[in-house]
Amino acid sequence: MRRLLKRPLRLSRAQVFVGKLGCHCIIAGLLGLTFFFGFTDQLGADPVDTLINFTGRNAIHLLLISLLVSPAAKHIPCGDIMRFRRMLGVYVFVYALAHFLVYVLFELQLNWALIFSEITERPYIVVGMLALLLLLAMTATSFKRIQQKMGKHWHRLHNTIYLCVPLVLLHFSWSQKTLFADPLVYWVVAAAILWLRKDKLLRLIPFNK
Amino acid sequence: KPLDYRKPAAYRSDETQTPYEKATSYNNFYEFGTGKDDPSEYASKLTVDPWTLSVEGMVENPIKLDYDALSGRFALEERIYRLRCVEAWSMVLPWTGFELANLLKLAKPLSGAKYVAFETLERPSQMRGQRSRFTGGGVDYPYVEGLRLDEAMHPLTLMAVGLYGKTLPPQNGAPIRLVVPWKYGFKSIKSIVKIRLTDQEPPTTWNRLAANEYGFYANVNPAVDHPRWSQASERRITSGGLLSRNRIETQLFNGYAEVAPLYQGMDLTRYY
Repeated sequence: MRRLLKRPLRLSRAQVFVGKLGCHCIIAGLLGLTFFFGFTDQLGADPVDTLINFTGRNAIHLLLISLLVSPAAKHIPCGDIMRFRRMLGVYVFVYALAHFLVYVLFELQLNWALIFSEITERPYIVVGMLALLLLLAMTATSFKRIQQKMGKHWHRLHNTIYLCVPLVLLHFSWSQKTLFADPLVYWVVAAAILWLRKDKLLRLIPFNK
Repeated sequence: KPLDYRKPAAYRSDETQTPYEKATSYNNFYEFGTGKDDPSEYASKLTVDPWTLSVEGMVENPIKLDYDALSGRFALEERIYRLRCVEAWSMVLPWTGFELANLLKLAKPLSGAKYVAFETLERPSQMRGQRSRFTGGGVDYPYVEGLRLDEAMHPLTLMAVGLYGKTLPPQNGAPIRLVVPWKYGFKSIKSIVKIRLTDQEPPTTWNRLAANEYGFYANVNPAVDHPRWSQASERRITSGGLLSRNRIETQLFNGYAEVAPLYQGMDLTRYY
């Protein structure tokens, strides 16, 4: 076992392909299945509430997992797990987008006046929208060719993922009726994950080179 | 357990009712946790017999009701009421109970009594939310609520002991709860052990937790938004999946216009 761990584990193209396929099945499959149960009224008393929670929480779960990939790649002898990071990042956006669509389509039910006033006047919605726009920008520029074209700017844009963490957690906490609720646990976990990246984060702060 | 009751025509309704399964699995009862499904999961442990509900304070005739008296002392009737939650969802539910006025008249409020204070059971051994600040949403227990005496005496104000013709499930506030249909749901305090008449406005739980968001009155009012979301409309929970178009306009006083005289001349944006 020890010998096995000493030698870096390289993943073949086939292994990466199978691994990604499995992730797609689980992450996209779960999303599709939950929507199916929602359409057929099998999601508890209020399917809209259940779906908003499901998509929102899992977007945060995926965000935190995607942030764990790079520190994990440094500490376990399998740097190839980095090849899964982009897929996870795109799924953060997919879940966040689903969360937004459930809110607009099924919670506010396309009442445009209400959608406009809620998105512009309610601070916790504004904060969530900001994070969604950042995720959109990162997803839109996630192709290799665009990455090469953007060069340094690409990294600057994609480092805003660290800004997304407090934004989405603020959105989550702020949406609750009371402070003493689940989001507190998320803040603690997120702080621990960001602590792993403290060196990088300190470098990102301007004037601290 | 099935109850005996009349069905007065004045309180029937042709609105689609919220199915029993939904009404008993989607609850706010932080004594059992802050999740909507926590109460249905954790409230079954609550023992409601024996029970004592006492009416005390500024009354001529203090009263103690035991478990059997809750549903036996007064003639019960079924009333179909709309329930509007401050979170902007609503239900239509058939409650079984008696008017709070009947109980208060029996206790004979003193002339100086102006308010009625209510208190929920405090029993951490059976209520997990009362054991930990985290599970209980940071609420200071016991949960307390209050009404002005004239609001409490209004014929719409109900003490409910049943839902859908049967005794209340614990997650819905067994064995006895308040139902004030023109106010946001959190005013309709559950599992009541004490009713106290007083000459001062009593503290209320949500007002203590966030005074800028929840006032003493908490009347349903589409024109006065919650600071974090609009109260102009609501989603009516009946049956149907995601595609049911259930967002409807919220009515002033939840559609119970007969209570308007209680608030004549009051600035409802100030007394929210």
